[in-house]
Amino acid sequence: MSAVATEITYLEAIRQALFEEMARDANVFCLGEDIGAYGGAFKVTDGLLARFGESRVIDTPISETGIVGAAAGAAHMGMRPVVEMQFIDFIANAYDILTNYVATARYRAFLPCPMVVRGPSGGYVRGGPFHSQNPEAGFVHTPGLKVVYPATAEDAKGLMKAAIRDDDCVLFFEHKYLYRRVKAVMPEGDHVVPIGKARVAREGTDLSIVTYAATVWKALDAAEQLAREDGLSVEVLDLRTLAPLDDAAIEATVKKTNRVLVVHEDTRTGGLAGEITARISETCFEWLDAPVLRVTAHDVPLPYAPALEDFVLPQTADLVRAARRLAAY
Amino acid sequence: MATRTAARTRAAPRRDAAAAAARPADAPPSAALSRAQLLELYYWMRLTRTLEERLVALYRQTKVVGGLFRSLGQEADAVGSCFALERRDVMSPLIRNLGAMLVKGATPVEVLKQYMAKADSPTRGRELNIHFGDVGDPATTRGFVGQISPLGDMVPVMAGVTLSFKLRGEDRVGLVYVGDGATSTGAFHEGINFAAVQGCPLVVVVENNGYAYSTPTSKQTRAERFVDKAAGYGAPGERADGNDVLAVYDVTKRAVDRARAGGGVTLVELVTYRRKGHAEHDNQSYVPAGEIERWAAENDPIDRYAARLTGEFGFAQDELDATDARVRDEVDAATDVAEASPFPEPLDCLTGVYADPASAQPLWFREGILNAVERNERAEGWGTYRASEVTRTEAKIAGGND
Ligand SMILES: Cc1ncc(C[n+]2csc(CCOP(=O)(O)OP(=O)(O)O)c2C)c(N)n1
Repeated sequence: MSAVATEITYLEAIRQALFEEMARDANVFCLGEDIGAYGGAFKVTDGLLARFGESRVIDTPISETGIVGAAAGAAHMGMRPVVEMQFIDFIANAYDILTNYVATARYRAFLPCPMVVRGPSGGYVRGGPFHSQNPEAGFVHTPGLKVVYPATAEDAKGLMKAAIRDDDCVLFFEHKYLYRRVKAVMPEGDHVVPIGKARVAREGTDLSIVTYAATVWKALDAAEQLAREDGLSVEVLDLRTLAPLDDAAIEATVKKTNRVLVVHEDTRTGGLAGEITARISETCFEWLDAPVLRVTAHDVPLPYAPALEDFVLPQTADLVRAARRLAAY
Repeated sequence: MATRTAARTRAAPRRDAAAAAARPADAPPSAALSRAQLLELYYWMRLTRTLEERLVALYRQTKVVGGLFRSLGQEADAVGSCFALERRDVMSPLIRNLGAMLVKGATPVEVLKQYMAKADSPTRGRELNIHFGDVGDPATTRGFVGQISPLGDMVPVMAGVTLSFKLRGEDRVGLVYVGDGATSTGAFHEGINFAAVQGCPLVVVVENNGYAYSTPTSKQTRAERFVDKAAGYGAPGERADGNDVLAVYDVTKRAVDRARAGGGVTLVELVTYRRKGHAEHDNQSYVPAGEIERWAAENDPIDRYAARLTGEFGFAQDELDATDARVRDEVDAATDVAEASPFPEPLDCLTGVYADPASAQPLWFREGILNAVERNERAEGWGTYRASEVTRTEAKIAGGND
């Protein structure tokens, strides 16, 4: 008799993916700060050391460049390293080696880099300026890197498995606000979600909200409120992968609703919403009934005080207001 | 206010004439400390501990917004080392150097407000814990540069601070703290190497407290002693028992004097122990049984120093008790002030991204801003983010007529 399916958290889903992939492929190994006995700052790697031992769950010195570089070297040799950034903010320390070295290795020199760099990202948790960032835009801008940022527990697991199996370097952003707040029953069997495919999180016909990560949940809340209070049918597109972007899915939703709101938690100027908006205007201009709008964080470093953080980051009310404006256009 | 009394004591001449005269040539720098200064060292350590205990209480009441990082058992290393600086010198702390911040002039009220994210905290609610600074004219500022979270970054920054002292011929020295873990960062190596090559008047203090988060020092470096790394930079190294406040003062004072005399960089290793977890939420399951208790029982820096004060230096227990009481009163008073302080207004966080407000990115509509502007809240003093611009941006979006 099969056990009753239980819901697991987004965090636990990632942990399951790591377990399953390490069990499946002896070339997969993890490295990062405090990931062994301590199980990682957020406990994502909890239990991996006990199961796979010190040679495959490696506690490193505090050396982000060193960790990423070593992972790249091992990846050249056929290993599949999974690097943990204790907080994704510190990926900035490895920006050089990721963008100059890892991203170009295949193109320049036919050097494979099958590796994953994963870590807790994002705000809404009062972490202050250095424990809340969303640095995806800089990496999406760099050819040679793939970027994944799941919003649901199912996707966290399925995309992590795909990322580990991918033959390129995948930056896997995990939203720390979702770690323990979002839960789901995992699909049975070897659950792999393909990289590069967006997901319609809610069907709708009046306007589309295109977003990813934590703001998917804000978009769903906004859609609910707009249906209730305004009778609006809002479609929510969860991008899931930011590089490569799923242009077909974006086009499909634009052509369906003709009104688009692009939402993300990262700051606005130079953020991914600008790129998405430009693509829509290039390929779907005649399908639009309104200018594409963006709701993002304000262009300031993320502040610490609750009232300030709430103000800087996009909130459901901001999405509702923007959507009403779009619908009325 | 009592804090000021202590600061005054500190500014007073460092040596008792009689003691200085009787001092042998090779006596350690601490032999020149006056009785008032000896008691002051005790005061700063006690203030550090009591203030942190208050922060723990506030943290439990969820009044501290972010995490809390204790320096329990490390008070001597922060206080003794920073005490070797003069007011005009500049210091940059690490998370566990609250004691150094206090010695350099940060007040308990500032620290409490900062942790509670109050509007009139040193960073107006934008930053957390002891991430704040006070630099500029040495006559009016206290000379500290707030750290940031990415470890090691302050070493090159302090290389630059001290390079400027050298370039301008100023008689000032810099001191930067890093943990054993932070020595593994590229920024640490680049900073100390740069400062050493340039002969900057910089003291790099490595606080070896046994752990970096959960990682024991043996997994951070193969080197047995951090002080041995100094040779690799061509710099002198000094090592001391970080739980002996006078030993800490002695090694740091020698390094500071050397820097002031043109001797460049010194790497100082202070050996201590982190008795609390990385932060309050960390249960220290990775620490071998008995280790913490041993350090607490045998090697508490305040207990050790108190015993020396009453023994070797002939202080009366009453003097120490009076200091403890004074510290409690100060922390109580500071808590009342900090708790009564207001929280920041949301719109305040839009200003100050650039020195020139006109460089700020244009505003776009968001409910929060519109509501605030409609209420005409703080319409003045928020840089480029003026109501007129909001209205214009709104019109642009609504009308698409630009
Ligand atoms: C570059 C970087 N990587 C990771 C972190 C996360 N982190 C914060 S504190 C810490 C451990 C610091 O240890 P150590 O330098 O020894 O100082 P201690 O906490 O022991 O005082 C880590 C890994 C960080 N702040 N910066």
